[in-house]
Amino acid sequence: MQRWPVVLFLAWVCFLFFAGIGLFMSGFLLTRIELASSSSCSDPLVPPPWERQSLPPGSCWAPQRFSKAVLVIIDALHFEFARFDPAKASPLPYENKLGVLHQLATSQPRHARLYRFRADPPTATMQRIKGLTTGSLPTFIDVGSNFASYAIQEDNLLAQLVQNGRRVVFMGDDTWEGLFPKKFFRSYFFPSFNVKDLHTVDDGILQHLYPTVDSGEWDVLIAHFLGVDHCGHKHGPDHPEMAKKLTQMNEMLRSLVDHLGNDTLLLVAGDHGMTETGDHGGDSEKEVNAALFVYSRAPLFGSGPPEEPETIPQVNLVPTVALLLGVPIPYSNIGEVMAELFAGDGDAVSAALQQLSVYHINAKQVDRFLQSYSLVAQDLPAEQLQHLQELFSSAVEEHTQLLTQVQGTTVPPELEPRLGSLISRFQHYLREARAVCTQSWARFHPLRMVGGCILIASSCLLCYMASELATSSQSFCRSCLLYPLFWGPVGAALLWLVHVFTQEGLDLLLVSSWAAAASQLGFFWHWWGQHLKRARLTGSQPPLASGGLRQRLRAWLGLAFPMGILFFRCGAMFSDSFVVAEARVAPFLLASLVMLLVGKLHWDGRLTVPEAVPAGLAGDVASREAPLGWSEIWYLLCLVAMFLVCVRLSSFFHQCREEIPQCRPSVFLSPLASLKNTRAKNLFYLLCVALLAGLVYAVQSWLRHYGNLNSSGPLVLFVRWGFPLVVLCIACYWAVASSADDSLGKLQELVQVAVVVFPRAVYGLASVGLLLLLCNPMTVFAKDTRESAGSIVTPYLGVPGSEVDFLHVIPQIYKRMQESQKSRLERGSCRATVAAYGLGSVYSAALVIALTLLGFLLMLLHSERLSFAFLLLFLEAFVLLHIHTCARGLAGDAELFSVPWYAVISWLLAASQFFYSTGHQPIFPAIHWNAAFVGFHLDHSTNLLPAVLVGANTFASHILFAVGCPLLLLWPFVCEMSSSQRKKPKKESREELQEVEEHMMEMRLRESPEQFSTALLRLGLKYLFVLGAQLLACVCAAMILRRHLMVWKVFAPKFLFESLGFVVSSICLLLGISLVMRVDCAVSTWFSQLRLR
Amino acid sequence: MREAEIGRLLAANLLCALSIVLAAVIPAAFLDGFSVLGTHLTWLCVCSVCVATLNIILHLVLKPNQSPKRRSFAHKISRFLKCCIYFFMSCILFHAIIVLYGAPLIESVTETFLFAVLLSTFTTLQCLCLLGPNVQAWIRVFSKNGAMSIWESSLQITSMCSILGAWFGAFPIPLDWDRPWQVWPISCSLGATFGYMAGLIIAPLWIHWNWKQLTYKSR
Ligand SMILES: [Zn+2]
Ligand SMILES: [Zn+2]
Repeated sequence: MQRWPVVLFLAWVCFLFFAGIGLFMSGFLLTRIELASSSSCSDPLVPPPWERQSLPPGSCWAPQRFSKAVLVIIDALHFEFARFDPAKASPLPYENKLGVLHQLATSQPRHARLYRFRADPPTATMQRIKGLTTGSLPTFIDVGSNFASYAIQEDNLLAQLVQNGRRVVFMGDDTWEGLFPKKFFRSYFFPSFNVKDLHTVDDGILQHLYPTVDSGEWDVLIAHFLGVDHCGHKHGPDHPEMAKKLTQMNEMLRSLVDHLGNDTLLLVAGDHGMTETGDHGGDSEKEVNAALFVYSRAPLFGSGPPEEPETIPQVNLVPTVALLLGVPIPYSNIGEVMAELFAGDGDAVSAALQQLSVYHINAKQVDRFLQSYSLVAQDLPAEQLQHLQELFSSAVEEHTQLLTQVQGTTVPPELEPRLGSLISRFQHYLREARAVCTQSWARFHPLRMVGGCILIASSCLLCYMASELATSSQSFCRSCLLYPLFWGPVGAALLWLVHVFTQEGLDLLLVSSWAAAASQLGFFWHWWGQHLKRARLTGSQPPLASGGLRQRLRAWLGLAFPMGILFFRCGAMFSDSFVVAEARVAPFLLASLVMLLVGKLHWDGRLTVPEAVPAGLAGDVASREAPLGWSEIWYLLCLVAMFLVCVRLSSFFHQCREEIPQCRPSVFLSPLASLKNTRAKNLFYLLCVALLAGLVYAVQSWLRHYGNLNSSGPLVLFVRWGFPLVVLCIACYWAVASSADDSLGKLQELVQVAVVVFPRAVYGLASVGLLLLLCNPMTVFAKDTRESAGSIVTPYLGVPGSEVDFLHVIPQIYKRMQESQKSRLERGSCRATVAAYGLGSVYSAALVIALTLLGFLLMLLHSERLSFAFLLLFLEAFVLLHIHTCARGLAGDAELFSVPWYAVISWLLAASQFFYSTGHQPIFPAIHWNAAFVGFHLDHSTNLLPAVLVGANTFASHILFAVGCPLLLLWPFVCEMSSSQRKKPKKESREELQEVEEHMMEMRLRESPEQFSTALLRLGLKYLFVLGAQLLACVCAAMILRRHLMVWKVFAPKFLFESLGFVVSSICLLLGISLVMRVDCAVSTWFSQLRLR
Repeated sequence: MREAEIGRLLAANLLCALSIVLAAVIPAAFLDGFSVLGTHLTWLCVCSVCVATLNIILHLVLKPNQSPKRRSFAHKISRFLKCCIYFFMSCILFHAIIVLYGAPLIESVTETFLFAVLLSTFTTLQCLCLLGPNVQAWIRVFSKNGAMSIWESSLQITSMCSILGAWFGAFPIPLDWDRPWQVWPISCSLGATFGYMAGLIIAPLWIHWNWKQLTYKSR
């Protein structure tokens, strides 16, 4: 098989998986349908005529109570921040800082009140702003678009305000700009995304706030402060900086209150809370527990505050503010009005009547929304809607009845209790409606989900079959690659024809999954045809077939142990506890796999030394294939021990999930800048830099050992001088980034520049390196001692100067060349030669260089001390490769060109293990957003770059292991030399020539290019199969357990991370394999040039 | 001859299983508040000691490895000391492996070590009884065609079953059921014990059924 069909085939398989993922995702992560309708003043759901006449001018639906409102949003204002407990002797940095709220609430209990403000998950700022303005529940999928704010299409509070002629002035977080383009009368936006910047937004607002308030040119003023949230992200809540920030907020509120007039309502709200580490995004108690404070100079409440602050959902803010300001409630609101704000200052009965009328309006609006929603979408269960309908109509009926008996504002005393009960009925209805919506808004599309699942499952099957089937024959290439590729477009075209005739909706996803399914069917069809043909050919020999069966059974049993581990891994995806504990499960399974490998080798008698066996057994042992000496076995055991130690050590870098409360996140995760102890900081810094230097040294000496560092090509020069330069840049960046902010004084501006320049230098250098690698991946140094073009190429001559070089820089020569160019006779007579240093490891060298460069880039994106984890990653991968090589040698595997399953599975297990060991967890709050600012200080103009940076940070281990995957195939060839050297003393009698032939190393692959391509294909397919099996398990778990309590907390994020990881891994796998092929091309050209000379 | 030997093996194994059951029940009569879950460490000690003594007694009584040679007293003493050292070393090794598999490094060292002792009792001690302090022989027994008597086959099966049981015992630990037996190392030691007992029962049956395939080479 040639090179390009391999890449094409793998790309096609990737496409199949992608189509499956896309189809499933579109069915699983559906967003709630947004209704385009919006409320207006003249809607027929307005109150009865007698009340309407009493509406003051400028009011819609209900009489306006305030002409102006100030909404101060303090991002991430946790309830505990706002609560004030005078009895507390030694408050934490975040406690008792907002004294003004407490002071107002106690001195004017009828003017001010503090609430617990429950945010609905997901608690990302954008979702919360959406929720706070539409009165609805943003769905899970929106989390992903946190980078990009999209304008809110739904009816919302701001749209209503603008529609009714209110002037809305905004200042603060520029997320609002994207959400509400051109809605504001005047606006002052400040960049929000740089979480390290605590002051820009707040200082900007403070500069404009009081002049704007005093100017009076506004009806609604919104100020969104970000300092508290950013302080949480940067330092965590428990930090002196947080105290400073909250004190600043306190001062701001104190003077703001002084600037307010009597007709102004002040609302201070947090959009969400924060966890102990200052993050948010999930639905833990700490994240959803925000604060709301209401104040006005005119009395608001009929009675004093309750003992313990009341808890209200965030959606309740929308109808309340809308009706208080006299604008219609947004169309899709499902919140409930906060009735106590409508009590007015009259007596209890008139207050109750007031409340009843707003409840009535609110209920009518919710009912209207539910009805029009149920016309568009079927996801709200019919019987529950029915039940809600009944609740609503009975309440309304009662209401009308009651109103007929009420004259003006006087109520017959016997009706007073009925007022109360009616209010609670409306309340009941509204709460039920909200509960129904909350419950079923995660709406699924079962058909698409099942379709996606089947597509992924059959892709897995295809991978497995193709990896078993792939032979070098051309017929495979044609029947299993070209035909399916042809069938795909045909299927898509058919679908398009159907679309033309039926005029039904068609999206790209559907077309691509249809094409994927068609091409898969094509594959299986051709495979079946071939299978039948082969069966007919072999059918004439039944005894052979039965022998084949037994052999196959044995092969299946041999597969059982790696596949069993894979099965456990996949099974673990179905339990939320195991997904939560996956950081410990993956290393456990990995260690078990390696131990099982050793156990199995021993069980098969591969680890027994012949001398150790009693005399009676000697004959039996001798018949087995050459068991090796003790040194070999000890070597393997030492490798395994080292591997286990690596696996265990990697658990010191774990991030925590909120599900495990006793867990403490690793200290290595925090950046050096957060260390207070200067000595420890310096020590860690030096260690990290030493470690980087060590990595460079290790890579260089590995390359030198195999002779890949001798040439003077640009790539080798880059490895020699560029690598240390990269390390220098990274070290400088770390030094600048970890220095204390205020210690530098005047150098501040220089630091600002340096923080940007150094990472960019690293990016530049690394891309130069990767480009060089692509242009000229040969790291071979050829020493041509031939006298003329016609002279002979002989395999071996000791050219190098020193003894060490003599041992390690073995000249490699392509055997086929020898045979084609000269006869054996001639070779004997002439000693001229081409000595090619490093030809034997030319493929691996390219991969190692690429991996090192990628490793530098990824380390740069992580916090400084995680470079320890990366070192461990490289070490573990190295040891794993050696174990694999060693085990193969001991097992006496004849099939050099096929990578066994256990190797692939352990490689992937290590990849998922290091996903956790580089401080990640498959949950949104654990994403390292800071990675988006490495080298980019200001706001990004596009979202692509930060997405790439954060993605690279998150899937660092996936990237490294996928790119390094071809090493599994190459390593046994590379290590061939060392193992044969160890055997050297035993066979001194052998001829030098034969010795050299044993040193073919990776040139064995060149010997049979067909097999080489096939081997790469099979390796890629096996890798994709194992990845796909894990993905399939996640997908099935998400589908089957979609009503599970933990689905949005555990399974859905896990599915998202796993599928993104799959996409990243498969693309990197393709890149890795393409790199090997690129090197192969280069080697071919090199040989042909050599021949020409 | 073979039937009789299998019978003896069965009887010995049943005795072992019985001793484990008794080790869980009897101490409750003497010790206040003894239970397998509640006072797990005590149970671990009791169980290890019971199984160990019974194994040694059975070994002395049944003499499965008929060594005809009579050895001097000094030799016996050195052999015994060697056995003790080997046992201790195996405990340390098991401890290390358990820690490498993810057990806490510093907290609950006692629990981990006692669990390692239990595992050693189930595996190493039997090897010591049957094969003596001869590592080469141990290595030989645990390979495909290594067993040379039904006792050694039984040893193979019980050791593997107890290790496998301990491995499976780790599975329930992360589950959020909040059961008392999910605490480290209770589920693992219970798993090892059940695995060992299963091995004790499976071994004679398996040997009985695979009568034909088992051809032991004489020494
Ligand atoms: Zn926020
Ligand atoms: Zn935030």
